Amino acid sequence: MAKLEQVGHSRLRKEGRAKVTGAAIYTDDATMPGLLHGATVRSQVARGRIKGIHFGEGIPWEDFVIVSAKDVPGENRVAMIVLDQPFLADTRVNHPEEAILLLAHADRVLLEKARAAVTVEIEEEPAVFTIEASLAAATVVWGEDNVFKKVSIRKGEVDAAWASATHVVEGTYGTGAQEQLYIEPHAVIAKVTAEEGVTVWGSLQCPYYVHKALKHLFNEPDDRIRVIQMETGGGFGGKEDYPSLISGHAALLSMKAGGRPVKILYDREEDMVATTKRHPSKTRVKTAFDADGKMLGLEMEFLLDGGAYVTLSPVVLSRGAIHAAGPYYWPAVAIEAKALATNCPPHGAFRGFGAPQSLFAIERHLDVAAARIGMDPVELRRKNLLRIGDVMATGQVVKEAVDLPGIMDRALEKLDYHGRKARYAGSNAGTDPIKRGVGFAVFMHGCGFTGGGEAYLASVAGVEGTADGKVRVLAASTEIGQGTNTMFSQVVAEVLRVPMDLVEVQQPDTKLVPNSGPTVASRTCMVVGKLVQDAAVGLKQIIIQAGLLREPYTADEFQAAVAAYVAAFGSLKAYSQYSTPPHIVWSDETYQGDAYGTYAWACYAADVAVDTRTCEVAVTDFVALQEVGRVINPTLAEGQIEGGVAQGIGYALWEKVEWRNGRMANAQMTNYIMATSADLPRLRVYFEENPNPMGPSGAKGIGELPMDGPGPAILNAIQDALGTDAPREIPLTPELLMDCLEARHV
Amino acid sequence: MSEKMALKLQVNGAERTVQAWPMARLLDVIREDLGLTGTKEGCGEGECGACSVFLNGKLVNSCLVPAVQCNGAKLETIEGVSPTSTDGAQLHPVQEAFLRCGGAQCGICTPGMVLAAVDLLKRCPDPDEEQVRDGLSGNLCRCTGYVKIIDSVLAAAKSASPDGAKAVAK
Amino acid sequence: MKGDAPACAVHTPATLGEALAFLAAHPDWRPLAGGTDLMVPFAAGRLPDFNFLNLDPLHELRGIELTNEHLTLGALTTYSEIRWHEGIRAAFPNLVQSAWVTGAAAIQNRGTIGGNLVNASPAADTPPSLLAYGAEVELRSTAGSRWVDYDAFHLGYKQTALASGELLTRIRVKRPVPGAFHFYRKVGTRKAQAIAKVCLAGYGRAENGRVAEFRAAFGAVAPVPKRALAAEALVLGRSAAEVDPDAVRAALAEDITPIDDIRSSAKYRRFVSERLFASMLKDFFAHLG
Repeated sequence: MAKLEQVGHSRLRKEGRAKVTGAAIYTDDATMPGLLHGATVRSQVARGRIKGIHFGEGIPWEDFVIVSAKDVPGENRVAMIVLDQPFLADTRVNHPEEAILLLAHADRVLLEKARAAVTVEIEEEPAVFTIEASLAAATVVWGEDNVFKKVSIRKGEVDAAWASATHVVEGTYGTGAQEQLYIEPHAVIAKVTAEEGVTVWGSLQCPYYVHKALKHLFNEPDDRIRVIQMETGGGFGGKEDYPSLISGHAALLSMKAGGRPVKILYDREEDMVATTKRHPSKTRVKTAFDADGKMLGLEMEFLLDGGAYVTLSPVVLSRGAIHAAGPYYWPAVAIEAKALATNCPPHGAFRGFGAPQSLFAIERHLDVAAARIGMDPVELRRKNLLRIGDVMATGQVVKEAVDLPGIMDRALEKLDYHGRKARYAGSNAGTDPIKRGVGFAVFMHGCGFTGGGEAYLASVAGVEGTADGKVRVLAASTEIGQGTNTMFSQVVAEVLRVPMDLVEVQQPDTKLVPNSGPTVASRTCMVVGKLVQDAAVGLKQIIIQAGLLREPYTADEFQAAVAAYVAAFGSLKAYSQYSTPPHIVWSDETYQGDAYGTYAWACYAADVAVDTRTCEVAVTDFVALQEVGRVINPTLAEGQIEGGVAQGIGYALWEKVEWRNGRMANAQMTNYIMATSADLPRLRVYFEENPNPMGPSGAKGIGELPMDGPGPAILNAIQDALGTDAPREIPLTPELLMDCLEARHV
Repeated sequence: MSEKMALKLQVNGAERTVQAWPMARLLDVIREDLGLTGTKEGCGEGECGACSVFLNGKLVNSCLVPAVQCNGAKLETIEGVSPTSTDGAQLHPVQEAFLRCGGAQCGICTPGMVLAAVDLLKRCPDPDEEQVRDGLSGNLCRCTGYVKIIDSVLAAAKSASPDGAKAVAK
Repeated sequence: MKGDAPACAVHTPATLGEALAFLAAHPDWRPLAGGTDLMVPFAAGRLPDFNFLNLDPLHELRGIELTNEHLTLGALTTYSEIRWHEGIRAAFPNLVQSAWVTGAAAIQNRGTIGGNLVNASPAADTPPSLLAYGAEVELRSTAGSRWVDYDAFHLGYKQTALASGELLTRIRVKRPVPGAFHFYRKVGTRKAQAIAKVCLAGYGRAENGRVAEFRAAFGAVAPVPKRALAAEALVLGRSAAEVDPDAVRAALAEDITPIDDIRSSAKYRRFVSERLFASMLKDFFAHLG
């Protein structure tokens, strides 16, 4: 690979200084003259018909701004995929945290008293809280059959596989809801005036999603809606779709308040009970193998609990279904996937977006199958891992040079998998109540939206020259901690061969930046980064063609040329728009074709210690090895993987949402258990580079990948430690592991 | 029903008096009355540590301290860790290490984490990794998996030692 | 923040005498120490009280006194003061351990041992260690002072032996015999910043190969922090060979009454309690040699 000046170097985080000094301004750090605070009155009932709203005594209601569904000027539906979720319920409610009424007041203490003084009378109706109950459809809570979306993926004749198989192994696997738990709760400020239209400042991932939602809500043209992203304290998918709802709420209050700005800030409990979580899943797997362990056929039923409204469930389902077969060559595949309605708050985006659920099922199942067949799980996988030229479940042909057996072997070597496995087999036979084991998972993660999705988005990003000769990146892609600002700057500085400090990144503001699409799906670096790179090349060509610059040039010459161009012509902007490369062909109707332009590939391996007295599992070592194209910034990239693995370990072992009639009962950081620094080992991250022509300087997406591997790797290690294949659900809390030990399968 | 009290504080070295309800949270006094928004609220129940500050030299969760118990106290917030830090001139060695080692991602836990690290290094100037993991266990970070935060603290400890000035740069 | 700060009144006495006099006149005012327990429900708008007696400035309630016979802790002694006290570390490892696992540094700097006992959470971390050490607590009012066995302090869920107008002022523990056995283990929701699912503390010593003193106490498996009296009785006075593990297990089943809640299940708490107790006994007899 060519030696690059910026790419591949750990440049300092662009906004890092502001963050370590506390100077960075997050939404709740901002205030405005005349600011009111907003609060939301919620249903508290899972399903029913609204009979009336009563305002209690002792509150000066005339001093409050009060908004209900009848105040909505445009469409009372959040514009997403299907227009089914209201901003404010008017006749009926479908989950316990549904917004019914909004209040605003300058005095936050009084506001809380007022919120408590409103009672909503609801006639309760039967509700559905589980995947099983939704599928049975004895009670229909959405559409005709509770099914939001179905996806079928077919390859070959799977029924023929059962007859010819030596081994048929079946299993059922489950994953729980998971809270994103960004440390900054949801916050937004809105100001709505007749002169300027609707302006929103918020903690959010996707400015143009909010823009679209507000457009429909207020029935206003594009240029009367403005969305500005503030510094954002983590998102992980949790600030993908929900900000549309909360921005709408704040904007409705501001409109009713005659243009006074309104801030809505959720406290931790409201954030946890009311906003989205990862979709719970149930997956039934049936697999056929020949006598040597060669895979013959895969049948899967993949079910997601979507919550009360469609929101993003169809796309989460899609990604889950496409990843469900894992990185293996299956001659025959039949995957049936469904996203189902329940009366929980809608489940939404969370890092991985369906893939962690289905990859957990297949990667956990392969260790169950290996034990049943009597094969080493490494050798079972080795016989079946995808190789160049192989055809995946959707018919996609593997064209990139991927070395999955090598990735697997190198990850296992880093962990000393074989050595430890042998040693633990000996030590576990003794009386020590601590049992140890090793396990791993091999997986891939599709970068960006599906082929069809990126074509639909047709994203645009740009760069502009500034009066002082710098280059400013124009994109709606947000910095939410993952390093967007720094990555864009490195990509632009590299292609223009100028220092990093000549590159700025415009704060995302829909008035100033084009729609580069949502900040999701591991697409910001690979897809938008490439657009920014191309736009920077375009900008350079403009000044060259204007005769202000000649190759080769120094940074000073470049800066002077940009400044001269801006002085002469007023502005210097260049844009680039995504168009699908001709070799990517995908059909959303048949689910056939090139699902993703490219994939990141990985093998993660875990070493665990299980205390059989308490059923507590400690992850004592963890290796995350991945092929990610090209690493733009090693420190940032490692940080992405380490953070994702930590979330994945929590997903596997501790992060359990306790549901009570569709409502999260443990909505406090004390009782929803994410890892502290004392709970994790030193996570070991390794990158392999294989530059990918689609991304800037060969980069792929990495944001979601680390979420996929820890769950199956850890449970496979627990199987190794305890000699039972019973653990098949995550989070595998000590309470659940205790039950598994009582009912050993092996 | 009570009355607001005149709350005297020495804030990052400067004498300040604000009017506060006795049971107001120190966190709200800092953010709203003193206008120092570097101190963050992540949970409001002493679990996440984003609101950490030094009160009379001791690390506390400012969301759990009522104003009435702060009168006459010495308060240090993230804005006071390095007197010239906000104008960009100079960072505290811990801040410098967080910047260089990738200890900050989304940044919302960072002010509290930096103060917890400063506190740890006061008690334990040359910690090993386990001591850092224990010392920071009251500050939750959702972005990093703690690896680079721990590296930052270890690097800061080295930079403060006579021969470790360059270690921060990793 | 849902706590109604403007509605709250706070009285800050200058001396303990003044505090007791005020409490005698206003027995329904709630004492406020380090705030780490009270501020949580207050800020969530879940505390029914609006009147607080601020004990924070009372120097009479601070201080650690360690003599050859006793350790005496002022009620406002913080977890940090306990955790980092060299003398306590050497003589009372369980107490140090229990302070160490209560929250993390910032909580330990504010939270007080007296507050922990009076808050009376069954899942608190320090009570089992104090029960195992056979602590006593001093309760004071304007009528005077009385020392009560800590074992008799917790009467029921969030119910204590504090009479109207009384404050818990000091905690006293006998210095353990050198070479005695100390055991403390918290099984929490995670390794730090955790609430206990089960907590077990033990203290014992032997004479002539038989157990001469033995106390074991649990947290989070009953409405109160609780001694395992029935199980203790089957260990006291016996040698290792004379202890019947099945009988101990059966006795333990009577000693504890765990429940299902959002943090764990009754079944799991029984499972762990049984195994931790057995593990502790194994260590105990190994320690005795």
